[in-house]
Amino acid sequence: MPLRLRRIFSSMLCLLCLWCPSLVLAQDSVATGDPELDPVFSAYVDGERNEALNRLAGLPRDDKRELLTGILEGELMLWKAESRVVRVKKDGRNYVIYDLATSEELDTVKKRRLSRLKLDNRVRSYLRDLIASLGLQSEVASERLLAVRALLSKPDSIERERIEQLIEAEADTQVLNALRAVRARQMIASNDPIEQRAGIDALAEDLSPDARRAIGEVANAPEDSEIAPDTREAAQLAMVIQQKAVDRFRMFETVFFGLSLGSVLVLAAIGLAITFGVMGVINMAHGELIMLGAYCAYGMQLLMPDSLALALLLSIPVAFIFTGAVGVLIERTVIRFLYGRPLETLLATFGISLMLQQLVRTTVSAQNVPVANPDFMSGTISFNPVFSLTLNRLYILAFCLLVFFLLLLLLKRSRFGLEMRAVSQNRAMARAMGVRSARVDAFTFGLGAGIAGIAGVALSQLTNVGPNLGQAYIVDSFMVVVFGGVGNLWGTLIGGMTLGVANKLLEPWAGAILAKVLVLVFLILFIQRRPRGLFPQRGRAAETH
Amino acid sequence: MHIHIRFIRENGTEMHIKIETSITRCSAARAVGTALFAGALTSTSAFAQDDTIKVGVLHSLSGTMAISETTLKDTMLMLIDQQNEKGGVLGKQLEAVVVDPASDWPLFAEKARELIEVEGVAVTFGAWTSVSRKSVLPVLEELNSPMFYPVQYEGEESSKNVFYTGAAPNQQAIPAVDYLANDIGVERWVLAGTDYVYPRTTNRILEAYLTSKGVASEDIMINYTPFGHSDWQSIVSEIQAFGSEGKKTAVVSTINGDANVPFYKELGNQGISAEDIPVVAFSVGEEELSGFDTSPLVGHLAAWNYFMSVESDVNDEFIDAWIDFIGDEDRVTNDPMEAHYIGFNMWVEAVEKAGTVDPDAVADAIIGVTVPNLSGGFSTMMPNHHITKPVLIGEIQDDGQFEIVWETTGLVPGDAWSDYLDSSKNLIASWRAPLSCGNYDVTSGVCSGQNLE
Repeated sequence: MPLRLRRIFSSMLCLLCLWCPSLVLAQDSVATGDPELDPVFSAYVDGERNEALNRLAGLPRDDKRELLTGILEGELMLWKAESRVVRVKKDGRNYVIYDLATSEELDTVKKRRLSRLKLDNRVRSYLRDLIASLGLQSEVASERLLAVRALLSKPDSIERERIEQLIEAEADTQVLNALRAVRARQMIASNDPIEQRAGIDALAEDLSPDARRAIGEVANAPEDSEIAPDTREAAQLAMVIQQKAVDRFRMFETVFFGLSLGSVLVLAAIGLAITFGVMGVINMAHGELIMLGAYCAYGMQLLMPDSLALALLLSIPVAFIFTGAVGVLIERTVIRFLYGRPLETLLATFGISLMLQQLVRTTVSAQNVPVANPDFMSGTISFNPVFSLTLNRLYILAFCLLVFFLLLLLLKRSRFGLEMRAVSQNRAMARAMGVRSARVDAFTFGLGAGIAGIAGVALSQLTNVGPNLGQAYIVDSFMVVVFGGVGNLWGTLIGGMTLGVANKLLEPWAGAILAKVLVLVFLILFIQRRPRGLFPQRGRAAETH
Repeated sequence: MHIHIRFIRENGTEMHIKIETSITRCSAARAVGTALFAGALTSTSAFAQDDTIKVGVLHSLSGTMAISETTLKDTMLMLIDQQNEKGGVLGKQLEAVVVDPASDWPLFAEKARELIEVEGVAVTFGAWTSVSRKSVLPVLEELNSPMFYPVQYEGEESSKNVFYTGAAPNQQAIPAVDYLANDIGVERWVLAGTDYVYPRTTNRILEAYLTSKGVASEDIMINYTPFGHSDWQSIVSEIQAFGSEGKKTAVVSTINGDANVPFYKELGNQGISAEDIPVVAFSVGEEELSGFDTSPLVGHLAAWNYFMSVESDVNDEFIDAWIDFIGDEDRVTNDPMEAHYIGFNMWVEAVEKAGTVDPDAVADAIIGVTVPNLSGGFSTMMPNHHITKPVLIGEIQDDGQFEIVWETTGLVPGDAWSDYLDSSKNLIASWRAPLSCGNYDVTSGVCSGQNLE
């Protein structure tokens, strides 16, 4: 029976292995260059991931935290040719690989020569907890903070005494607060009424979901439970106060969402407010000019892949100049022959919009292109657990206001702005006064187009950059300009923000689609009452429109 | 890429023109080139009719859906090339006829008619959205011509002339929900989708399924958004509030196309990680992920019948051939491509078996045909014109690939009519004689004909 023989033989071999460690090493499926790590990573690669991670965390090494983070961040990879776990660094399209222990550079290889250490959600959260628990002893306050925060969701995993010790020893206020929060969560679960009451008081100010849940459990506990009546009352009161605070912050949040949607609408519409509002040109290619601006952001990012933040900042002027030039070109070659013929302009610019879309599809790609967010654009400012503002939206809101006021300054305070207003109010008179109206037309259109380009850069941070980007914004842009009042920049700002906030107020109640419908219906009714929008032009300016 | 054009002169001698184009990096430029060549081929069709079998490719090369469908057109050209190198079918070379329905649903019907009536194609491979399929359907049935549809869809349909090689809901949505409930312990569900027929029907099926599993209605939140929705702030904030009730929460996403990118970005921005609230998506694949930075998506899930990261020899070969054909190391493969791979091979085998390209003979022959799929197993065409497939769940990794975390033990046969909806639980489809019906009611014994919705 050869099979049986083989089984006996292999079990003998296993016994042998127990006795001589060198044989165990020979069985390891991967190497690392460090005998201590070989069995750990072999076990990991063979699928016993949690065990391997535990062993790694238990090793008396200084770099174990670094190694665990490396696995989590995907900096450690398997070099297939050598079956060796290495640390990798991306260098352009290739990867430079380093020895795990000595950090000595080994080789530079293509991506297909490496494979990742497998990770799934369970291993990932296990790793995070491991890393956090290692951080409890750390010298660095921020690492301790992370470790304590990881305890918040499972306060039972640490002994009460240990927490008290840590609180005694802690100097950093933030970490201290977090430790107290963990302690409060333990107290609220205790059987001692005084202790429990203290826990409720400590958590009453805390709006985080699990603090609210802990209080809610006491407040809504069944009648026959052993909770003292006044403790229950305290919990119920705390719950009501918390709920009020949560509702208030949710309202703030909704208004912020609305303003941020509004800022996007304003950015997209403000260029149109110039071409449509001031010049009276129905420019259906406006959306595609926004799209070209977004592609400028993509292009700049390709040129400077190592400094994303700078690339994004530089793409603002680049997009302005590029789309502005495209705008001037469109005006000179098409639109100037069609002044005073709105229907033909509409059709011609619609044609241009299709051409620009297909041009991008053929020259760049029909696929969306990736535009990364630089670090300063991602993340949130957190005020409390229920209220935080996303940074990218905040920047775009600020950017929108900046663009708006610069534009306003340009129109109201510069010679070019004066000429522009003159031509739009009375072309014949302006020409008689020596204004070169053709040149003003070209530059005005270029300005509107350039601003569309800037809007595109901002949108590239929020949404997809692809050939269809513009179509999503053209209707909204016209809506904002018509609502705000044609020819009035303030109208565009107020109109855009109002529509944004109205949309977001309706959305939780009516759903995203119905909210949009309701806003449109409201707009139609509004235009029926006030055909010239929120801020109608008065006096002579109004007569030309 | 080889293009072989054969002219037959009036005196009967043949003239061969073989064109080898160097493959450019820019796929779109090539798409135009191919379209031109296809035009050239078409113009010679009057001469070459008897020597080639025409295969229609009905995928949008412009408009919104170009983003997904252009890849499928290229896949078909590659498969046809490969088949021709192997000697074609029934001793004849295959000839691709590529048309562009331009993401315009009524145009799909017109172009299908053009393919069948003017070009005389033996079979069509095409369509992506359900509405484009519904638009083509009457034309196919009127002219009795077969089409292979490669995309996951909402089910509730079985046509004599359509072969559904993508997943039906029971081959994607239901197993994904089972995985979340059993393996991850999810108790609260957000069903988020784009507002059109596929998500609405899928969510109706899922809601009925979850309710039948004892999930209370307050633990299910359903949300629809328009196509291309980009402002996800309040919805994500709502999901976050919904998920902070202490029960494990997951999002089942039928959000379509590019609305996904801002959705995931917003999740990342508001600090919701896949470990807190995982999102399982049915429309996010490798192709969609290659469009952007995947770091905010790491750990979120997708359910498909194929992933590029599947380890099998046929998959490696397929990927190598694809990269070779397209000339770009970074191009990825995805589930609908696999569906075309399976569908095309099934059609070839059925034609060889029937010995003709006659639609009825092929339709009879194809039932029961079994061909390799790319995940190392075999798929079979069933009498209801759906196929058997494995179901895989993958977690998104930061290189845009999927780590497979779960798969069904065996193959799942596609179910045309969902068992969880009252309107369709009694219906079955079988195109095998003597039943030959797409919607046979087992209780009343009535076949309600083609036009039942």
